[in-house]
Amino acid sequence: MAATPALPLDDAGPYVAAAYLVFLALILIYVAIMATKLGRIEREISELSEIVERREREGDGTEEREEERV
Amino acid sequence: MTFGRGLRALSIASAVLVTGAFALVFFYASNDADQGFVQKIFYVHVPLAIVALCGFVAGGIFGIKHLRSGERADDLRSYVAIHISLVFAVGVLITGSIWARASWGHWWLWDEPTLVSFLIVFLLYACYQPLRFSIEDPERQARYASVFAIVAGAFVPLNFLAVRMAEQLSHPRVLGTTGGSMPGDMRLTFVVALVGVTCLFVTLWKYELASKSASIQLRSLRRRLAGDDGLAPLTRSAAPQQL
Repeated sequence: MAATPALPLDDAGPYVAAAYLVFLALILIYVAIMATKLGRIEREISELSEIVERREREGDGTEEREEERV
Repeated sequence: MTFGRGLRALSIASAVLVTGAFALVFFYASNDADQGFVQKIFYVHVPLAIVALCGFVAGGIFGIKHLRSGERADDLRSYVAIHISLVFAVGVLITGSIWARASWGHWWLWDEPTLVSFLIVFLLYACYQPLRFSIEDPERQARYASVFAIVAGAFVPLNFLAVRMAEQLSHPRVLGTTGGSMPGDMRLTFVVALVGVTCLFVTLWKYELASKSASIQLRSLRRRLAGDDGLAPLTRSAAPQQL
């Protein structure tokens, strides 16, 4: 089996192309997964920002009420 | 802790080196006298295999560091190294099968020690994520995963040596005697491809570390805010959840 003669270029081309495409596909899939994760992180950050803003608004409202009471 | 330092330079270096390696493969390196054009698969298959195996060993080394220091960051480094090595190992198995089909007329040979031993290493590491997921307590999860990474990491070079000593059937021992007599253009192309794939591995490793670290820090912030805002508690995960 090891001594099988070399494939002509026409026959070998698709195999070589397939191997390099597998490599590229793996990298692209990985980058796509990372992009999804990045999107999730961005969503979470905006959620946390909203929570912090809401707290700050509530904090301001409480301070104003306390000032009015005083 | 910031893991993303130097990521930009590394990304550029990876892109340049991998593109350069591909250019050398197709426009500079001569065709192999024995196998002809199909031997070009060598320049993607072998560097992927070497880097994947080194990544598994690196996972073990970070496992040792984690057990010695108790640093959660080392557990994360070990986890990510093994995770990316598994992705690379999938690439090795697929490109290897394509090459085998073109060279030997078979997608897989069960009596070839190199192929079967690599599959065993791959399947061994495929158990790593389920192992982590099966342990709920983060401390125990990190400790057990480190022990697994060390034992499996020690198995990799032993396995490599065993294959070297085994009888060669179809798969060539490329970096033994044959590798020493590679012509200059082939050797240069191989070295550039190896450095490029190594650089790509380190880039993806740092990329994933930065992403995981950001997720962990966000989750920690969410938990700190959870008391008042009713956010969901920590969910079970195979990935490290604390730094």
